[in-house]
Amino acid sequence: MKSLFTQSEEETLIYDSARQLPPALEELKEVLRYRNLVYQLVRRDVVSRYKRSVLGVAWTMLNPLGMMIVLTLVFSQLFNSIEGYAAYVLSGLVAWNFFSQTTSAAIASLVWGGDFFRRIYTPRSVFAISSIGTGLVNLVLSLVPLLAVMLVVGVAIRPAIILSLLPMLLLACFSLGIGLLISSLAIYFPDVVEMYQIILTAWFYLTPIVYPFDVLPEQVQVLMNYNPMYWLVRLFRITIYEGRVPTAPELFPAMILSLIVLGLGWWVFARKSDEFAYRT
Amino acid sequence: MNSPIVHNPLTQPSTASNGDTRPVIELEHVTVRYRVPKEQVRTFKEYAIRRVQGKVGHQEFLALNDVSLTVNRGEVFGLVGANGAGKTTLLRLVARVMRPSAGRVRVVGRVAPLLAMGAGFHNELTGRENVYLNGALLGFTRAEMDEKFKRIVDFAELWDFIDAPLRTYSSGMVARLGFAVATDTMPEILIVDEVLSVGDSAFQQKSLARINSFRDNGASILLVSHTMDMIRQMCQRVAWLDQGQLRMMGGPDEVVDAYLAHSL
Repeated sequence: MKSLFTQSEEETLIYDSARQLPPALEELKEVLRYRNLVYQLVRRDVVSRYKRSVLGVAWTMLNPLGMMIVLTLVFSQLFNSIEGYAAYVLSGLVAWNFFSQTTSAAIASLVWGGDFFRRIYTPRSVFAISSIGTGLVNLVLSLVPLLAVMLVVGVAIRPAIILSLLPMLLLACFSLGIGLLISSLAIYFPDVVEMYQIILTAWFYLTPIVYPFDVLPEQVQVLMNYNPMYWLVRLFRITIYEGRVPTAPELFPAMILSLIVLGLGWWVFARKSDEFAYRT
Repeated sequence: MNSPIVHNPLTQPSTASNGDTRPVIELEHVTVRYRVPKEQVRTFKEYAIRRVQGKVGHQEFLALNDVSLTVNRGEVFGLVGANGAGKTTLLRLVARVMRPSAGRVRVVGRVAPLLAMGAGFHNELTGRENVYLNGALLGFTRAEMDEKFKRIVDFAELWDFIDAPLRTYSSGMVARLGFAVATDTMPEILIVDEVLSVGDSAFQQKSLARINSFRDNGASILLVSHTMDMIRQMCQRVAWLDQGQLRMMGGPDEVVDAYLAHSL
């Protein structure tokens, strides 16, 4: 019986509430320690989603495809300046859906995970990170129908598509940052979660996804510089739809904005995450 | 106050720890302060309006008020008190789920929180997948879980069902699996919150035996119960919490008698 209990003497965990690294670093250290949990949560979400339905993987792709068909029917005449409008819309939708779904999932996992957080210690941001991880799996899967549509409408698939990993990674950073920021707010005001859904809808139409950038009036075009999703969607499209290497002025705004948002979100959330256990 | 009072052979301090009775849990002047809004302001809109009107007020509620106590290695330490006295808050501090508003909490060693038994179990996943997921929640790596997996299923006696989805399990089977994962590795500290009723009576015996063997091997146990007989039987020292304050600490019979006399 005794041999059952393996006890490692060399690494005794010591928790001291008085001796803590700065919260942001502490959170990072703990997330690294719990990296297996990130993997397990992503696995759980992906597996349980695809186990449940016969269509399985197809569901991830059907939603943007359906929307693409509708938008193409409605707008392809209007925006006939765009070559392969279906591919243009779908590439934008895929990037946007990743952002809106992962931020919503991250917020839901943190805000509704309340009872869980009162029973067991884990670094809370692990749940947001794993929501983003699940989204990345779905994003990669949704590239399959995107490439198929590009073939059908005659948009060339070029080697630069490999570079799309970079915009995907930046989208992930930005989404994590936004998810953490909104969740920190939602600790105090649960209705922020509903407000966020409204903001998402407005944000969708304020970003050139359905329409080309050029149709915007000049004053609005200037404002787009401050819309991180404009830069991120554009970068994603450059590597896939346009199939070319992005230039520095196209890359840096997307990079800087998403890293700033991630840093800010992480910093705020790490300071506030203890509050989750206090709210009932 | 640090020398345990021995009442019956069951509670004999374990010899396995070789007289090593260094504290594993230390609470120094711990206060937990909840800020309760005077009026429930649950929406941002409402908050914004009240903020403008200058009407945002908070009341403070002390869940724990300047509590200091120490639990030593190998000790079974009981907590008694009415509902709302702060017992659960104290357990949460030790389990690191909460941080004190003031004071200091120090915990040496791994805490197996039986209050988190089966946390994160998912109905669509198989027993096997759930074991790995639950293990990850407790902070174990994949390699560690590979090493533990066989022992866990052996203990839960669930080999026949391990690849079936959890939704096909009975609640007793789920509880057995949860207990087996939570207690596979001997923790330095075990938090037991009225959950010794796991599965059927045969499994209850088995889980109680495991908890006792942990104690004999030098683990400390923090026990919360409303069953005073259990407190008297198992604990070496008992603390009585009353409205967030430490009312009394000492041998089990002494504290339990005083507590019962007070509650009547």
